[in-house]
Amino acid sequence: MTLSTAIAGADAVASRLKGPQGPKPRKRFSRRNIFIYGTLIVVALYYALPLYVMIVTSLKGMPEIRLGNIFAPPVEITFEPWVKAWSEACTGLNCEGLSRGFWNSVRITVPSVFLSIAIASVNGYALANWKFKGAEAFFTILIFGAFIPYQVMLYPIVIILREIGLYGTLWGLVLVHSIFGMPILTLLFRNYFTSLPEELFKAARVDGARFWGIYFRIMLPMSLPIFVVAMIIQVTGIWNDFLFGVVYTKPDTYPMTVQLNNIVNSVQGVKEYNVNMAATILTGLVPLTIYFVSGKLFVRGIAAGAVKG
Amino acid sequence: MDTTGRPNPLFRNLSAKIAAIPMILTALVIFVGGTAWTVIYSFTSSKLLPKKLFEWTDVINIGDWSLSIPTGIVWKSFVGLQQYERLWNTNRWMVSIENLFIYGLCSLVLSFIIGFVLAALLDQKIRFENTFRTIILYPFALSFIVTGLVWQWLLNPDFGIQSVIRGMGFVGFTFDPLYSADIVIYGVLIAGLWQGTGLIMVLMLAGLRGIDQEIWKAARVDGIPAWKTYLFIVIPMMRPVFITTLVIIASGIVRIYDLIVAQTSGGPGISSEVPAKYVYDYMFQGQNLGQGFAASTMMLLAVAIVVIPWAYLEFGSRKRG
Repeated sequence: MTLSTAIAGADAVASRLKGPQGPKPRKRFSRRNIFIYGTLIVVALYYALPLYVMIVTSLKGMPEIRLGNIFAPPVEITFEPWVKAWSEACTGLNCEGLSRGFWNSVRITVPSVFLSIAIASVNGYALANWKFKGAEAFFTILIFGAFIPYQVMLYPIVIILREIGLYGTLWGLVLVHSIFGMPILTLLFRNYFTSLPEELFKAARVDGARFWGIYFRIMLPMSLPIFVVAMIIQVTGIWNDFLFGVVYTKPDTYPMTVQLNNIVNSVQGVKEYNVNMAATILTGLVPLTIYFVSGKLFVRGIAAGAVKG
Repeated sequence: MDTTGRPNPLFRNLSAKIAAIPMILTALVIFVGGTAWTVIYSFTSSKLLPKKLFEWTDVINIGDWSLSIPTGIVWKSFVGLQQYERLWNTNRWMVSIENLFIYGLCSLVLSFIIGFVLAALLDQKIRFENTFRTIILYPFALSFIVTGLVWQWLLNPDFGIQSVIRGMGFVGFTFDPLYSADIVIYGVLIAGLWQGTGLIMVLMLAGLRGIDQEIWKAARVDGIPAWKTYLFIVIPMMRPVFITTLVIIASGIVRIYDLIVAQTSGGPGISSEVPAKYVYDYMFQGQNLGQGFAASTMMLLAVAIVVIPWAYLEFGSRKRG
């Protein structure tokens, strides 16, 4: 036996002792996989079912709903319930449909999102880069304020809005949304601006830039992703709000959620379930679209609510 | 920090102070002032309009100066704890508290278990993880109003799940939580869990992903089964995530309002009333502000019981450490 064959033999033994290399190949249909995927598929079906039922119901005529079962796909597809929900459904004596609520919600959401993000981003910037005495104390109050039940502050705000003449108007509601969006958004922006390299800020200071200059020329362009996250949080949050809408606006200016609830839960008349479901989908459409389009950013937005600074 | 050393310290860093005015106003006027106002006025007999608690009296004028110095106060409509006594003697409030308690406890326990199990399943390096997550999380993007209305429809005894299962041959099958007072709150719970567990799952998943992979390897080398690793190693390590999630869920539960309004309107009768609805109805419809203030102060107390110990643990120890 030569040396080389001995070495080769020793290598073979060693490699056999080491066992197979790399990750253990998994069988595609192992019991473990069947269990995991089986559970997840059942769960996913459960979560998807209500959306499916909503869509299917909204596409059926009332006779078909009365006869058939809610899970069955429509025999005859009709878009009439959608048209009716949008332009004819009644709340009380008013029969303009949900379109009015939709446009009210747009008029509320757009300025609220801009105002709340503008305020909160500047707050966060001041807290991160221009700390002044007492700033942290106000910030702490703000964060604790996020936990106070809204019901506690509802009436004092009614008085304040009445004093400044905004009670019952869209702008009053915009102000309320900006106030209650402040804690979470300020936290979000503060944490983000704190995470940016400080040298950038210092270099700008050395170059003579001041508070607003640094904000608009350096911080703003560098932080577009966080602004998008903030927008996602605010658009869905404000669109979905019900409590503030019902307290601070009048029937003419009710946002979509309030109007939807009034349409569906009104006691008079024959219940038209297909119209109700079409109206429900219409109201959920804006946040759902944002959710499906934004994907990972949405997840980041809601996780931001849970991560403390 | 701005250290230009200008003469008046008040004007140092002035732009930042001006920029922070909305935050300062919100913190002081709305959060502190508004809360204090409501608590104080809960001791009055306010009905349609808030009534003054007291008035200053014996205003003395010093010489020609129109300087007024109050020397005493007269109680106007201070009624002590009367509103609270009435509150706790009102059947509707007791039902509301009971419902909140049942809903809160079930929702906490179940959303923790379901959220964690789903997160653990998604964490198994599976395919289509994004698809599953997207489907489970989408209800969270919907409002409570939409959620409540959909489940009102699904649980409708004449057309919904009950009628479908009866149609399959089980004629005696009964499942109409929204129409029986004893179990209506569980009908709301189903809807609430459907809407909210996705969020818990995402938070838990973030927590699981934060666990060092080496720990899993070590456990596997030692031959510890996966479920034991979860129970005795991973879950104890996720304590901070659990506590934060707990505080978020708990403070959200106390506020539950829209879901009830949409799904049951508090019915049948008063069997699915909740505190937040009590507050709204008394403040804006019952024209009994004092009751609304007292009820909302109780809600504040409930949140304080959860948040203050948490804040103490979370931030108090950090300072000491």
